[in-house]
Amino acid sequence: MKNNWWKGLAVVLLLYVAVAGLLMPVPRLAILNESIRNLYFHVPMWFGMTAVLTASVYYSVRYLRTPTPQLDILSHEAAKTGIYMGFVGLATGSIWAKYTWGAWWTNDPKLNGAAIAMLIYGAYLVLRSSFQDEQQRARISAIYNIFAFAAAMPLFFILPRLTASLHPGAGGNPAFAKYDLDSNMRLVFYPAVIGWTLLGFWLAQLASRVAFLKQKVYDKQLA
Amino acid sequence: MGLGLVKKGRTIRVVALLAALLLPILRAVAQSPDEPEMADALRQSGKIYVVVTVIAVVLAGLLFFLISLDRKISRLEKEVRD
Repeated sequence: MKNNWWKGLAVVLLLYVAVAGLLMPVPRLAILNESIRNLYFHVPMWFGMTAVLTASVYYSVRYLRTPTPQLDILSHEAAKTGIYMGFVGLATGSIWAKYTWGAWWTNDPKLNGAAIAMLIYGAYLVLRSSFQDEQQRARISAIYNIFAFAAAMPLFFILPRLTASLHPGAGGNPAFAKYDLDSNMRLVFYPAVIGWTLLGFWLAQLASRVAFLKQKVYDKQLA
Repeated sequence: MGLGLVKKGRTIRVVALLAALLLPILRAVAQSPDEPEMADALRQSGKIYVVVTVIAVVLAGLLFFLISLDRKISRLEKEVRD
């Protein structure tokens, strides 16, 4: 119980975000209107994804230093959770784009960058599933995971800033800073980022624990 | 006594944090009509709160499921260990 306080924090923050995110005052802006509240749900997906994928790379590096099946499982499950959050981010962004920019998808550097990054991570899953030998699978996917992170992060956060873009936080424009400088939005946005990120870690932890159990049961059956 | 002081300071901080998070909800939203339209009518009718409650219940249900899943896995871990 002592080690699970952060799960309780996630529950409290997410319930707070669901209520306050819909009811707290937001800036009145044309075109965006109430959809500005998507900031509390769409953006934290990417924050959470980045945090969980960073954890995944951390475990991959540790695996390469001391190869244990546990580290491989942790890195794999964290990567999978990050990929899920990334796809939810793409889907929510697409819905938001439809009703503010008028199209489900635009050839925007931010959008295409994110899509390519997700494909790079999709290749991680394909690569993993193509090995028979467990140690070979673990080692090569750990190396690829480091490469994928190094390739994906600039695609998400650096390259879109170098060209013109519709998306906030790209083309030199400072994301929602001018709106969430609105102190009312900050009161929901920061808890939302923390809450959804903690949820990502929670899901990754549960998935890893199931994988540990599965491995233990297999080992017992073999013994 | 030192412990009591620390505890008191923590309580005050928790109360201040809660107040900072919850008080702005109470603030009424009064706006002039020539500004971009928002979901004011929905609020005036009062029924947006119904939707918010429904979303909160759904989210609470999902989180409860997650907690019970967490507990089940903990129990299974214990069983496998023994």
